[in-house]
Amino acid sequence: MTFKTESFVVNAGPQHPSTHGLFRMRFTLDGEVIQDVEPIFGYLHRGIEKLTEGLNYTQDIVFTDRLDYLTSMSNNHAYVLAVEKLAGIQVPERTEYLRIIMTELMRIASHLMTVGFLLNELGAFMTPLLYMFREREKILDLFEMVCGQRLTYNYFRIGGVSQDVPEEFFPAVKKYIDSLPRFIAEYDQLLAENEILLMRTKNIGILKPDAAVNCSVSGPVLRASGVNWDIRKADPYSIYDRFEFDVPTGSVGDVYDRYRMRIEEMHQSIRIIKQAMAQIPSGEIQAKVPRILRPPKGEAYAHVEAPKGELGFYIVSDGSTNPYRLHIRSSSFINLRLLRELMIGTKIADAIVIFGSIDICLGEVDR
Amino acid sequence: MLSIFNLHTGSQAAVLPPDWPGNFWFHMLVFIAILFVFVILGVMAFIYIERRILGRFQIRIGPNRTGPFGIIQPVADTIKILIKEDIIPHNADGLLHLLAPAIAFIPALLIFAVIPLQDGAALADLNIGILYIVAISSVGTVGILMAGWASNNKYGLLGAMRVIAEVVSYEIPLALSIIGVVLLTGNLSMSSIVASQNIPFILLQPLGFIIYFVAALAEINRTPFDLLDAESEIVAGFNIEYSGIKFALFYLTEYSEALAISAIISTIYLGGWRGPLLPPVLWLLIKMIAVFIVIIWIRSTLPRIRIDHVMAFAWKCLLPLALINLLITGLQVITLSDISQWVIVAINFVVAAVLILLWSRFYRLTGNKLSGEKIEV
Repeated sequence: MTFKTESFVVNAGPQHPSTHGLFRMRFTLDGEVIQDVEPIFGYLHRGIEKLTEGLNYTQDIVFTDRLDYLTSMSNNHAYVLAVEKLAGIQVPERTEYLRIIMTELMRIASHLMTVGFLLNELGAFMTPLLYMFREREKILDLFEMVCGQRLTYNYFRIGGVSQDVPEEFFPAVKKYIDSLPRFIAEYDQLLAENEILLMRTKNIGILKPDAAVNCSVSGPVLRASGVNWDIRKADPYSIYDRFEFDVPTGSVGDVYDRYRMRIEEMHQSIRIIKQAMAQIPSGEIQAKVPRILRPPKGEAYAHVEAPKGELGFYIVSDGSTNPYRLHIRSSSFINLRLLRELMIGTKIADAIVIFGSIDICLGEVDR
Repeated sequence: MLSIFNLHTGSQAAVLPPDWPGNFWFHMLVFIAILFVFVILGVMAFIYIERRILGRFQIRIGPNRTGPFGIIQPVADTIKILIKEDIIPHNADGLLHLLAPAIAFIPALLIFAVIPLQDGAALADLNIGILYIVAISSVGTVGILMAGWASNNKYGLLGAMRVIAEVVSYEIPLALSIIGVVLLTGNLSMSSIVASQNIPFILLQPLGFIIYFVAALAEINRTPFDLLDAESEIVAGFNIEYSGIKFALFYLTEYSEALAISAIISTIYLGGWRGPLLPPVLWLLIKMIAVFIVIIWIRSTLPRIRIDHVMAFAWKCLLPLALINLLITGLQVITLSDISQWVIVAINFVVAAVLILLWSRFYRLTGNKLSGEKIEV
């Protein structure tokens, strides 16, 4: 006896617990198996690229905070790098170090969130997420110490940072990063050998390296597939060439490797912060920048290795106070191309986990 | 009809003290009321305990604003749920949508009819007590399927389909592990199961206990088998289209099932109401809360298992282990009936440890594909 079956369409989102914001995936399901997936986004579109054209270069930093609101410092960094490249501004030494300490702390905070949410999507009811939040809170406290904000920092300035760090900041960072490896190890011990976690993540959503490159994926997702591409090494911006750190790469390219990447990168970030704190000179934190910045006519592209991947800003200047055109190359948006590649043929439970392992932020996707 | 309720017929089972006024049916009604209050209050206590202890597991405090230590939080929750608007979705099957919560809830309540709260104090000390529990507890699944089907929602349908597959699979190891207890007791009645536990059956049947516990978790759809309301995947599953008092009934069902499972495990594996010094009812409550805390602990720790792994786990792991357990128990009952039970305890612990070790070594849910294929860069 044969049954007549038909596939049916399920919408995951825009209001769904696992979509990291307002994102919609239109699944075509055959029972539990996904036959097709169509990403639909734009629910969080704020027109940031257009808005920047109406405000001057310094004011535009505010918008970058709102792109990927979990990695504001890195967004700030990419933007100010582009503007400094455009205007040819040399940044003081101390500022460079401060920037790197901030962005690496931000990377740790972002990866903590990613791992926590990934576990939440695996169904570990909130507990890992809240443990991750505990550690992230401490980073937010550090940022609050520096700039008074906990989410949208607006700390970077063109040619500098908004203020020097207070005296107690470096001891606090040192205390924190000394305690962090123990916490990561504890967490890893609880999770990495968990049989349920292994069978939910191993060999799920395998991304081949050539497919990853073809999809122009970047960040931990790309490195999990075994491609050694980290902009901090491949195209050292700021002063990353002065630090000693490894680029961890995966071997299989499954969800588990993407999880491992985040854990490993946290360790590497700790290494970078330690070196930066040892080397940081005293001195100026702000370069001589005219009060009203008018970069010469031209264009510039600067990219950084943001926690979620390559984040680039392309700025065209017409010589006025405002950018003529500003385009954001956001890794979240481009990594979304993987959805079809990875999800078709998997079960709906796996699809959610794959989505979580790609780690996107809708603020950056929709801009 | 009356013969199965052997209440006032013998000395071994009396609902209320025999010198109480009123006839059989009056006693029956009073006891039903007591049980109902027991379940409702138990559910409220369990909700409170779960929220507080889950909070502790998740390094937060948990509800602490309503009343001292947040103790009337369940009341506040209930009032909030009850005053919500009752919505029946467009194109839903109205009758089934209405009936589903009741059909899901009543079996969970009926289980308590045979739980002895203390010596002889059960609503009906059925001579088929444990069989009755196994039978009645699977009826609630019909209510869940009805809810998923009738609410005309795809998430609901997916959740309901998952739960059918899951419950049907886990019934079998669940029943088989109970048979081990029945073999030891020689009787299906709950009160005689309690009476024969001079050594709690958790010691005599360690493997059976583990199988029963895991299968029961799947039966009541708690983590890591919470596929039916997998929040991160299908939002809330079968009850996604429910609100107001119907949702409250599903909520009540979930917790009264947890209460029932805690009561059953306490009764058939932990010695029920038996215990020194304290009153019997209190002992039962302590054991139930202990079991429930373990359930919460598992919930706050483990990730969810995928549907095919869940099925594979039932058929490839729990079922063979339950069969082996049954075989060993049967052999012991026949051949080793004379020697001290503590020797059997020792033997069974060794057997359970060896079997679990063997299964965890040589058995993979994913069919030995865990190593993964390497990729060439």
